[in-house]
Order: sequence, then structure tokens, then C-alpha cells
Amino acid sequence: MPTIAEQILSAKVGRPVEPGEIVRAPVDFAFGHDITLPPAIEEFERLGVETVFDPERIAVIPDHLVPAHNEYAAELYGACEAFAAEHGTVFYPQGSQGQEHVVVPEDGLVKPGDLMVGADSHSCTEGALGAFATGVGSTDLAFAMAFGWLWLRVPETTRVEFVGEPDPWVCGKDLVLAALAELGVDGAVSHAIEFGGPVVRDLPMDDRFTLANMAIEAGAATGIVEPDGITRAFADAHAGGEYAIYVPDDDAEYATVATIDCDGMEPRVAVPNLPANAVSVSEVQTEGVEIDQAVIGSCTNGRESDLRAAAEVLDGSEVAEGVRLIVTPGSRRLERLCVEEGWTATFLDAGATMENPGCGACFGQRTGVLDAGEIAVSTTNRNFTGRMGHPESEVYLASPAVAAASAVAGEIAHPEEVA
Amino acid sequence: MGRAFVFGDDVDTDAIIRAEHVTSADPDALAAHAMGGADPTFAGRFEPGDVVVAGTNFGCGSSREHAALALKGAGASAVVAESFARIFFRNAINVGLPALRVESTAGISEGDALRVDVGEGSVTDETTGEVLRAASYPAFLRELVDAGGLIEYGRRLLAEGGEGPDGPASRRAGTGGP
Repeated sequence: MPTIAEQILSAKVGRPVEPGEIVRAPVDFAFGHDITLPPAIEEFERLGVETVFDPERIAVIPDHLVPAHNEYAAELYGACEAFAAEHGTVFYPQGSQGQEHVVVPEDGLVKPGDLMVGADSHSCTEGALGAFATGVGSTDLAFAMAFGWLWLRVPETTRVEFVGEPDPWVCGKDLVLAALAELGVDGAVSHAIEFGGPVVRDLPMDDRFTLANMAIEAGAATGIVEPDGITRAFADAHAGGEYAIYVPDDDAEYATVATIDCDGMEPRVAVPNLPANAVSVSEVQTEGVEIDQAVIGSCTNGRESDLRAAAEVLDGSEVAEGVRLIVTPGSRRLERLCVEEGWTATFLDAGATMENPGCGACFGQRTGVLDAGEIAVSTTNRNFTGRMGHPESEVYLASPAVAAASAVAGEIAHPEEVA
Repeated sequence: MGRAFVFGDDVDTDAIIRAEHVTSADPDALAAHAMGGADPTFAGRFEPGDVVVAGTNFGCGSSREHAALALKGAGASAVVAESFARIFFRNAINVGLPALRVESTAGISEGDALRVDVGEGSVTDETTGEVLRAASYPAFLRELVDAGGLIEYGRRLLAEGGEGPDGPASRRAGTGGP
């Protein structure tokens, strides 16, 4: 009685599969980035194969440390560039760079019903397309690039159902933070999370990518959003061609069902140091959390609707004194869109620093590194100790509207108080 | 025999190896910073054969294989935890770092003398006398471990001509899977 994950894996393997079994799963698309691919190249070479299984189904997407900030990052980029050239894979060189989980769907590299593996934990993001998309390590990527398949344990499925009528400021980020608070950071370890329910049926694709993106923060192998007309419209526009839509059977068997009542839900904020620590923004406001930095971007919230929401809140306002606002569009297309829509002017007028497309400040390496005692509000996905810099810095996770409002207020704020 | 270095629940990959060190994937270089996000003194005190012990969801967060490599490079005889994050577990199996899941690690204290038998799936706390049984790996994972990791397994498939997805039939799960 298959869930979406079971249906996709059954189709790939060519027979009905059940949770718990380990299968050799043919992979439709595989990719790595500038930190995970170089070790994968070494493992690939150790395998002793001459070529990748299909260069059109493999992408090299440097996005974590681009442009290079030190000689090690430069070396990693060089390794990516050389591998892509040698094998003729899809490649995003600097100048065309984007955050991998933004550009892969945007450029139609993955379709509904596909099995995708990425050497990055947030590779669950592409599950928003109704695909089985999962994160793996470098050795797994090497194996998949060589053979075109990977060992996978068929996951049990946790169904997350969103019902009710949330506050108009609520977006995909708030929904997934609410779900994580319900599940916990180990609430769906190795499971597939299937997102659905009335709230999701009206949700635009950008918000769906945010939902699926943070499935890993509950430990899940993938986060699959139940596909529908919105999914088809996106796939037709970005990928085209044939694809497969899988919806759960009426009697699909779930390991767990979590129902998130969104009635009256306010924007959520995950307080340090776990993504599952979500509370309402007004609860955080009663504490009065002053911020040093606000970050808008990443694989979680670096898409069109995120940038628009931030621009709408920031329009005509200025960032509070002493606050650094960093805006990182997810792709070159979005960077151009920011210019065309006037959002770049809004961001610059507000006093923001605009960054090149990529992962940005998310993981505390190339840019936006926090000092001891500093506090950031960020639209990224992890607020672990030291994630964005010094172990004594702190990160609050929130939506683009909340991050933008907080940048203006100088403390964590509800967007309706600023916009 | 090794000493237990005990951690709690939800030890994330930033705790195991901070992002600033992932510019190298050399296990020896990574070992110098192992567990540095949780305890900067760890690398100086941990000796080959010692054991990392934790609660639930060990290795959550990033896919960085550097986390498993750092502990392998440090010479950990095993990581013993109540549960593992999925990608960390895959990485550990793939690079040959024993990851043993046991019912509870609550009885193990910092510095206890542990005897780990990976093949048998047992962890003996010589300090307290407690013997913990590790969940068994599914047959397929045992094959990977016996081969010496995923790359060695792949090399064997290539040698045998069974590298396609329709190779040997899928195997049923054991109890200690990812």
C-alpha cells in the first residue's frame, strides 16, 4: 500500500519494494559541490573506472566557497573544474554559479518521479518536485557517478499534514519550522517525510522547496511534497518532456502521521541551537532579542518569492544602526531578476550587502562569519552551535519577511510591525 | 581495549568536524580537529583504539564525509551510539568506520575501559562489567563492511562483472540499518 517514496523506488527498481529492504536503485541524476566533490573524485579514481555512467546526468556545482576565499578553496574549485572538463558533466563555473538546490530545479535537471542523489545533506530539497531526492556523502557520490546506481534502504514514511488557516505572513519556512518542532531533530531519522494537506495544496513551488529542504533537520532521507497541478506547471516550465507523478494510495501505510494545525499560526522562529526549537515570533519578541546580523538567502530561502518578500518588507526602510544585512540570491537568474524588479535597489538603499549567488553566510566560512557573542537572524536551515562562526555566537532561524523586519527593527520582529 | 569518550544526544557534524577544516579530506589532517566543535581538547587526549560513545542521532546535520574520516583518522575503534543520523551512518560504513548501535549507552561513563568486538557486535565495559549487544547489520551492509568499504566493494563488482543495478538480488534488512 505504497506511499510516494515506495512508489518511486518500486518504479526505479522494477518491482514492488517495502520499507526496510536494501535495494540497488538506479539514479536519474547525481551531483556534488566544491567541498564534497573533490573527495568523491579521489574515491572515483580509486574505483579505477575510466568514465562516469552518463555525463548528462551528473552535475558539478561549486557553490559553498565560490569565489574562493583562500588557497584551499581555490584548489577545491580547480578540482571541480578539471573533473567536469575531463568527463563532460554539467558544470556551473564561477560566473554562472548558483546555489545547487536552487539551480537544479530551476534548470530542470530533476523532474517529478526522479531518483536524485546529491553529495549535500540538503539534497532532500528537490523532493518538493514529487521526486525521491536524497543527500549522500562523497564515497556514495563516487559510486553513483561510476555505476549509475546506489544502495538505498527503502524508508518508512512519516506523513506531515498541514491543516487550517495560517496568518497571512506565514510561508513555507514557518510551516516547516512548525513541523520540526512537532517531530524533533530525530523525529524522522532515515524516513521519507511526505508533506501534504490543505495548506500545501495552495502552496507555491518556492515554499514547497523550503518545506522539503528542512526534512533533513528531522533526520529524514527525503522530504516529498505531494505533487499536483502546481508541480506539473513548474516541471513543464523548467524541465519539459516526460515525467511521472506519484500520489499516495488512499490506504498508504505511514510509520507516523503528524498533523500541524495552522489555524492562526504566526511566523515561527527557531531559537538556538536546534532547528526544532521553533516558537512564535511574538514569544521571541517578549524576550527582546537584539541582532548583529540578518541573512537572507541559501538553499532554504534564496528563491524568487523569498527575495520578493524581503524587498517588500525593506521597501523604503533602512537597516537599524549596527546591524549587517546580507542578501544572497540563489542563482544568476534570480540575481538578474532582483535588478529587473528593483529589489536590488531596495536592498542597497536599505543598507544591505548583496552577495554573489551561492550558499552565502549559511555555514560560517566564506562570508558573514559571526564573532563571539554575536547574534544573527537567518533564513538558512541550521542554528547549531558555531554554525555561522564563533561557538559563542547564536543563530535564530526565520522566514525572509521576519529576517528583513528584524534587520530594520534591530531586534527580532514581526514583519507587520515594519512593513 | 580503549577508553570511552562520552557525548550526549544530537551530536551534529559541526561538533564532529568544524566547517573550517573541511578543505582537506585527509583523515590524519582531519583527526587533529576531531570533535573540536564539542570539545577542543578531544584530539589531544584521544588515542588510537579509544571509543566515541553517544546518545541518539549521532552525526546529524551535514553530509560531510569529513566527520567520519576525522574519527577514522583519530583511530577510533568504533562509534557506539543509541542511534545514528542517516548520512553519517552511510558515510561510516562506506569509509570503514565501525558504527555500532546499542540499546542504551547510559551505563557508560567517561574514561571507562571498553572492549569493542565489531565482528561479534558486542561492547564490553570492563570498568562496570556491562556487556552491550549491537544491532546486527543487514546482510548487504555486512558485505560492504567485509569488503572494506564501498569503494572496495565496487572494485570487486567490477572484477566480477556485476556492477550493474540488476546484479545480485536485493537483500532483506537486519535490525541495525541506517
